[in-house]
Amino acid sequence: MLRLLSRRAPATGQLGKVARGGSSQHKAGRRSIASTSARQADITLTVDGKEVTVPQGTALIQACEAAGAVIPRFCYHDRLAIAGNCRMCLVEVERSPKPVASCEGVMEFLLANHPLDCPICDQGGECDLQDQAMRYGSDRTRFHEITGKRAVEDKDLGPLVKTSMNRCIQCTRCVRFANEVAGVEELGTTGRGNDLQIGMYVEKTMDSELSGNVVDLCPVGALTSKPYAFHARPWELKNTESIDVMDALGSNIRVDSRGVQVMRIQPRTNDDVNEEWISDKTRYAYDGLRFQRLTTPLIKQGERFVPATWEEALQAIADGLASSGAKDDEIQAVAGHLADTESLVALKDLLNRLGSDNFALDQPNGNAPPVHGVDVRSNYLFNSTIPGLEEADVILLVGTNPRHEAAVLNSRIRKSWLHTPLEVGLIGERVDTAYGYEYLGPDAKALAEFIAGKGPFAAKFKAAKKPLVIFVEKNKNTFVTPDWNGFCVLHRVASRPAAYEIGFVPSKKASTTKPKFIYLLNADEVDPKSIPSDAFVVYQGHHGDLGASLADVCLPGAAYTEKSTTWVNTEGRAQLGRAAVPPPGASREDWKIIRALSEVLGTPLPYDDVLTLRDRMWEISPTLVRYDVTERTSADLALSGLKTLAEATSTAKATGKPFTKPISNFYQTDPISRASVTMAQCTRAFAVGENYGFSEPKTASEAATAHA
Amino acid sequence: MRFLRRFAAARPSSTVRGISTSCPRLSDALFVHRDTEYNNPKIPFEFTSENLRTAEEIISRYPQQYKKAAVIPLLHLAQRQNKGWTSISVMNYVAKFLEMPPMRVYEVATFYTMFNREPIGENFVQVCTTTPCMLRGSTDILRTVCDHLGGIKPGGTSKDGKFTVIEVECQGACSNAPMMVVNDDFYEDLTPETTKKVLDAFAKGEKPRRGPQSGRQTSENSAGLTALTSKPYGPGEFCLPEFQ
Repeated sequence: MLRLLSRRAPATGQLGKVARGGSSQHKAGRRSIASTSARQADITLTVDGKEVTVPQGTALIQACEAAGAVIPRFCYHDRLAIAGNCRMCLVEVERSPKPVASCEGVMEFLLANHPLDCPICDQGGECDLQDQAMRYGSDRTRFHEITGKRAVEDKDLGPLVKTSMNRCIQCTRCVRFANEVAGVEELGTTGRGNDLQIGMYVEKTMDSELSGNVVDLCPVGALTSKPYAFHARPWELKNTESIDVMDALGSNIRVDSRGVQVMRIQPRTNDDVNEEWISDKTRYAYDGLRFQRLTTPLIKQGERFVPATWEEALQAIADGLASSGAKDDEIQAVAGHLADTESLVALKDLLNRLGSDNFALDQPNGNAPPVHGVDVRSNYLFNSTIPGLEEADVILLVGTNPRHEAAVLNSRIRKSWLHTPLEVGLIGERVDTAYGYEYLGPDAKALAEFIAGKGPFAAKFKAAKKPLVIFVEKNKNTFVTPDWNGFCVLHRVASRPAAYEIGFVPSKKASTTKPKFIYLLNADEVDPKSIPSDAFVVYQGHHGDLGASLADVCLPGAAYTEKSTTWVNTEGRAQLGRAAVPPPGASREDWKIIRALSEVLGTPLPYDDVLTLRDRMWEISPTLVRYDVTERTSADLALSGLKTLAEATSTAKATGKPFTKPISNFYQTDPISRASVTMAQCTRAFAVGENYGFSEPKTASEAATAHA
Repeated sequence: MRFLRRFAAARPSSTVRGISTSCPRLSDALFVHRDTEYNNPKIPFEFTSENLRTAEEIISRYPQQYKKAAVIPLLHLAQRQNKGWTSISVMNYVAKFLEMPPMRVYEVATFYTMFNREPIGENFVQVCTTTPCMLRGSTDILRTVCDHLGGIKPGGTSKDGKFTVIEVECQGACSNAPMMVVNDDFYEDLTPETTKKVLDAFAKGEKPRRGPQSGRQTSENSAGLTALTSKPYGPGEFCLPEFQ
C-alpha cells in the first residue's frame, strides 16, 4: 500500500494553476460549476519512500502518479472536476486516521452490484473494472445476497450511446463531462444511496455534438457505443493513429480496424488540438466509409456510368481534354472538402504544367480569388492557435457557431467561460453555443456598430488585454481587427487551409474564364449550375455523391482512413494521417491517380514516390512538412497582411443581409457523413427531432439566454 | 427493515428455487419521471401571489449569485401549495424561478425523501418504525394504521383519498415512542386504540390534540415523577422570622 508523508517545501515556486483545476474567478457567479481555488506554493511528499515535489493543491492521485505509483481509480479523470465518489483510490496517509488502504474492500462493494456479464459486455477487454478486479479484487465473492443485485432501468440517450445501467458504478464521470465539457446540463444523478442512478429524470436524448466521449469516459460497460455494439473486441482490432477530416480542427484520432473494415474511431490525446475529445461526427461517421463507395473507374456513356479499367478511364480523360478544346485557364480544378494536401499539390502542379491557373474551391464564390489573398498566412488561419484560445478574455464570434463547425473547439471556449471571466459576443444567427454570450446583432450592421465602438460589448473588447475574434470562413471578408493575432479564421473544411497554403486559388484572369474542362477533386458541394453544360467533367473521389453524378469520368480515390497524407488544420498545423485499411476495389491513393494521369496527358509530374512529393511540398511551404507544430506569423507581417485585407475590403459595402450559419445540420456535412447510417439516425433524432418526446422542448434562443 | 419486508412480500411462495436464488429488490420509488395524466409538464403550476412574496423573501436570504441555494425551501413551499406533492411541473417551475437547469432541481427532489413525487391523500400519515419506536410497538401501530384505513400497504393511499401512509425513519421523538406524524403534527405515545381515535378524528375533518395521546405532559416520566416530588418551598420559607 502507498504511504504518503507531506512536508511543505520552501514556498518559493510560483507555479500557476495545475493541470485543469483552473483558477476560479467567478465574476458574476452565474457560472455554475465550482472550481478549485488558485494555489501557489510547492509541496514535497514522500510516496512509497520516493520524494516528489508538486504544486500545492495538486490531487494526491496526481502526486502519486508523479512519483510513479499507479493508483486504481474509477471516478477520477484528469480533465474533469474531482468528485471522489468511487472510493477506489484511497491511500494511507501518515498521521491521518482516515483514508485507509482499502482498495480491495471497495472493489468488493463495487462488484456486489455489478452484473457478471463480461462475456456479453462491449467494454470487455478494455474495462477498468475488469482490469482492476483482476489486479485488486478477490477471486470469489462473499456476497450471497438473496435480495439480488441492484437493477436499474436502461436509458435511451439517442442513436449513439447505448446504456446498460445495471453495470453503472456511479462514478459520475459522464455527468461531469456532460455538465462541464459538453454543456449538456440535463444529465445528472437521481435518487440516493443504493438507488442512485444516472440519467435525465425525464425521457430525453443526450443532444450534444460531443456525446460519444462519455463512452470513452465510462470506466465500465454502462455506456457503450450503439453503432459498434457487439461488432468487435478490442484485442482483434488494429490501431492506427491518424487525423480526422470531418472538420478543420484536425482532431487526433485512432482508427481501429479489423481486416479491411474500419470498426470504430477513437480520440487520441493531443492537448494542443483536441485534448482527448472528438465530436460525434468524427467518431461515428465511419460507417459512411462502407456505403456509396466508388470502387472502379467509371465512364459516362449516354445517361449511365460504365465500369472501366484505369487505362481506359485515364485515356478517356485525355481524349475528353483534347475534344473539349480546353486550353490554359479553360482547364479548371476544384478542390473539395476532403482533398488531401498531397493530391492538391499534385493537381496544382499538373494544371500549371497544362498552362492553367484556374483553381477553384468547393464553396460559394469559390472560383473567385479570395479577398484575404493567400500571401500572408495569418489572413486565413486561426492565429491564436487552439490552446491559445484559452488565454483570450473577450471573444467575438462573427457569423459562426463553433458548436457545429468545430465542436471540440467549442468545448474549449466553454471551459474558458466556466473557469475564467471570459466574455463572449456573437454576431450572426442566434444559436445555442453551450455557454452564455452577448448577442450583438444578426448582420454586418451590428458588426459596423461594434467596430465603431458602440455598445457595452465593444467597450469590454477595447479594455480586454487579449481579445479574440473568430470568423467562420464564409463570413470572413467583412471585418478586420489588428491585435494580438486575435484574428482567427475558423475553417470548417479539412482541406481548405492546405489549399490556401499551397495557393490553390485562381488568378484574377483565370477566375473570369469560362472553363471547358473541369477536374473535381473530392468536390461534392459544387453548384451544378456553375458547371457549363458543354464542359468535360472529371470527378476524383471516394463516394458516389453529388460530384460523381456531374462527371463524365469518375476516378475512385481513397478515403482519409485509406491513405497516408498530410492534413493542415485551421491553425496551419500540418499533421500526418496514416492508412488504416486498404482502399476498396480498384481505388487508389489520390496523388498517385493524378501522377498517373499526368503521364497519360503527356506532362509527367516529377515525383514517383510520396517522399519526393513531400520534398516538393517543402519547396512550396516548409510548414507543410513540419508536422504537429504551428508557426506563428510575426506581428509585423500579420499587421501588414491585415492592412492589405482592409484595403481590399474598403470598397466593399456592408449588406444588410444577416449572416447565416454555414452548417444547418451538424451530422451531415460531407460525402462520408451523408453516406453514414448512424449520422442519418442522428439527423432524425437531433436535427429533425423526430420520435423523441422531449418533456419540455427548448428553443435555441431560450437556451442561450438561460445560460447567460 | 423495510427492505426485508419487501423482500418477504416478493419472495416466490414455492419452495423450489432455480439456478438463481435472488429476486429483485424493489425500490420504494421510481427515480425517473414518467408522463401520466396527473403528472406531466403540460400541467401548469405557478406560485400564488402570497407564495410568490414568500419565495422572493426566501431568495433574498441568499447572495444574488447563489439564488439556486433557495431550491430546497422553494420546493418545499411549492409542494405545500401543490397539495403536498412535487409534480414535474413544480420542479420545472422552481428551476425556471431560480434560473437553474431543471436537472439540478430533479436531483434535489429525488434525493430528499420528504419531497413526494407522487400525489398523496388529504392527510399524510408517517409512522416511525426506527428502533426505539419499534421496541415500543410501532409494528402494531403501523399495522393498525394500515388495517384501519382499509387494508392498505405502506406507501398506499386509502380508497377515499383521505389518507396516505408511509413508514419513515426516526423523527426525533423517541422519548414519546411510538409515534406518527400526521400532516405537520406529531402524535405520540400511541397505542392501537389511540391511533384509531386520531385517524377517525382526521377522517371527520377534525384536528385532534397533538402531542402524547396517553395524557402525560410532553415527555415526562410515564411512571410518574421520581425526583423533585416534594412541594417546592415558597418565598420566605425557612427564613428568619423577620424576613418571613
